[in-house]
Amino acid sequence: MLPLELRDLRFSAGGHPIIRGISARLEAGPRSIILGPNGAGKSVLMRLCHGLLRPSGGEVIWHGAKGGDPRRRQAMVFQRPVMLRRSALANVIYGLKLAGHSPQECELRAQDVLEVVGLAQQASRPARVLSGGEQQRLALARAWALGPDVLFLDEPTANLDPAVTHEIESLINMIHAAGTKIIMTTHNLGQVRRLGDEVLFIDRGLLREQSPMERFFTRPASSEAETFIRGELP
Amino acid sequence: MSGLGEAFAAAWALIAGVEPGLVGIVTLSLQVSLSAVLIASAIALPLGAAIAVGRFPGRQALIVLLNALMGLPPVVVGLLVYLLLSRAGPLGSLGILFTPSAMVVAQTVLVVPIIAALSRQVIEDAWREYDEQLRSLGASRPSAALTLIWDTRFSLVTIVLAGFGRAAAEVGAVMIVGGNIDGVTRVMTTAIALETSKGDLPLALGLGIVLLSLVLLLNALAALIRELATRRYG
Amino acid sequence: MNRFHRVLLCLALMLAVPGVHAQNFITVASTTSTEQSGLFRHLLPVFEKKTGIQVRVVALGTGQALDMARRGDADVVFVHDEAAEEKFVAEGYGLRRQAVMYNDFVLVGPKSDPAKILGSRDIVEAYRRIASAAAPFASRGDKSGTHAAELRLWKTAGVDPQTGKGGWYRETGSGMGPTLNTASAMNAYAFIDRGTWLSFRNRGDLVIVVEGDQRLFNQYGVMLVNPARYPHVKREQGQAFIDWLVSPEGQSTIASCKIGPDQLFFPNAKR
Repeated sequence: MLPLELRDLRFSAGGHPIIRGISARLEAGPRSIILGPNGAGKSVLMRLCHGLLRPSGGEVIWHGAKGGDPRRRQAMVFQRPVMLRRSALANVIYGLKLAGHSPQECELRAQDVLEVVGLAQQASRPARVLSGGEQQRLALARAWALGPDVLFLDEPTANLDPAVTHEIESLINMIHAAGTKIIMTTHNLGQVRRLGDEVLFIDRGLLREQSPMERFFTRPASSEAETFIRGELP
Repeated sequence: MSGLGEAFAAAWALIAGVEPGLVGIVTLSLQVSLSAVLIASAIALPLGAAIAVGRFPGRQALIVLLNALMGLPPVVVGLLVYLLLSRAGPLGSLGILFTPSAMVVAQTVLVVPIIAALSRQVIEDAWREYDEQLRSLGASRPSAALTLIWDTRFSLVTIVLAGFGRAAAEVGAVMIVGGNIDGVTRVMTTAIALETSKGDLPLALGLGIVLLSLVLLLNALAALIRELATRRYG
Repeated sequence: MNRFHRVLLCLALMLAVPGVHAQNFITVASTTSTEQSGLFRHLLPVFEKKTGIQVRVVALGTGQALDMARRGDADVVFVHDEAAEEKFVAEGYGLRRQAVMYNDFVLVGPKSDPAKILGSRDIVEAYRRIASAAAPFASRGDKSGTHAAELRLWKTAGVDPQTGKGGWYRETGSGMGPTLNTASAMNAYAFIDRGTWLSFRNRGDLVIVVEGDQRLFNQYGVMLVNPARYPHVKREQGQAFIDWLVSPEGQSTIASCKIGPDQLFFPNAKR
């Protein structure tokens, strides 16, 4: 799948340009964090990469795709988890069934991932009655069960309290350690420090810089980035 | 009002006496309307779902048309189906005019727009919530439509009940295509019309009370099922 | 899903739409007056027991019944408008009309009798008085045999009831029962066959005001729908029903149909 290349990517909605020409290259390995102020276009950029939105201009190229549908090798976790009206286990199985696994494989794999994320006890409970944190862990489990090469996360802990946030971050790290590329958006600078290997700073639809995490904080290349870090931009 | 008092007395006498005629009429009413609602649901639910998730030219116009058809007058439907099934009409050789089958056909035609239009709304609302997640997991539009039908099943039950209520309460369509034949196509509503015609108003009201009680019972049952299911599935 | 499957199965069984595709039946287009008076309830079981043929009666106004037969949706027609019936045969839709029975029409009206005709035996004069008094009159207005008879009497009386349209002459466009309900509620006069009147339960203030005039005679006739025109018509069974109606047994069964002491219809088939 990787590297992922964005070539002069553009996106407009209702006449308004949101992404105004982004070119970048994301390699396998580092955890990439897409950072930027509100309205910069982070979420839209993620959706363009994942294929949920079609670009108005430019291209999204998966260089490593050895045939087959690139979508199958990716998964996404959204800011608000969306669960079907069925049990936690059934929600995970749903994704696996779509991917074409046999019923036995689905059941086994689903139980495994629930175990790993610590939701084995909740397996047969209706997913919708779980707490926000539990649902987000479930969303992670569901995504990871598919064995994706790339995992997109759109502000996954924005609605969660610090303790739960910590749990989610551990899981993300674990998934990364197991070999999945992480591409994530966030507001939270602390989270960037904890989870980021590289930062792509987006501001008003343009990529201002792409640099390793340390250097981004110590020597930001753009004045917008500087202002953002100092907390003056929203 | 003495008329109402007589009506309740008549209703009680009917039920307590369990007139064999009454049992036959009630059974037929239920058979016809339930059959019609089931067939209509089999047609209308997928139709509503397809329109809800689909994107095609003329979609808006179709939605407007479907909503308008909810107000089809039963007597008009009866007339159209009669002309269709009459010996002088295109489907006359089927020979089902003045039989319960014709009544089922007419009520199905009446109820399909209701179930389709309302389920389209419910499923479209759910689609807005589930859209990105389902596509992210790799669901095709048809597959997503089926998933949504299942996920919104409780709201859909309410809609199907509304369809049943419409079918069970109408008299115009079944009168024309059924002929209100004693012992063959006489249902509760046509029996009420007949007794009113004969000036036996207490009996007509009594039958009306029996009909209302039946519909009430069915709705109560459905509410119970919904309650139990919600507790189980969330 | 197992539970759901079981529920569905129960529903399916319950819904085996009744196999009323009984093979041995005929469809008879008849009038509301014969149906509502209870004649068929009385008559048909005897025939069905004897022959095993189920008789399915669709009760409409005479005009509608004949229209239904013209479309081929009935095997036998049993109505009460001789002129229309003869026309039906002449047009080739029916075979040979036969007389079956008769009853009479009566004029009912409010006890207060605004047209001052209570007790009269002259229907034509009564009509004239109603028109000149502009007393409320509820007409069926629906091409039925009763309506046809009513119109003939207006013509004989030399009155055009349409001049009263919207005022005293009210056309309900519906069957005998609903028209009577309306008349009862409006305290209006109404023209009705005796059989329906005897079995009508919502009389309000209405009583019989005129009866016994020769011109109130109401003849019923029966015809087989022409199989040459519609090959699907059940010729043998339909004819069996007709033959039975005019047979001594059928005729006496008709005569025995009563409400209390009152005979509803009088058999008069010619042998």
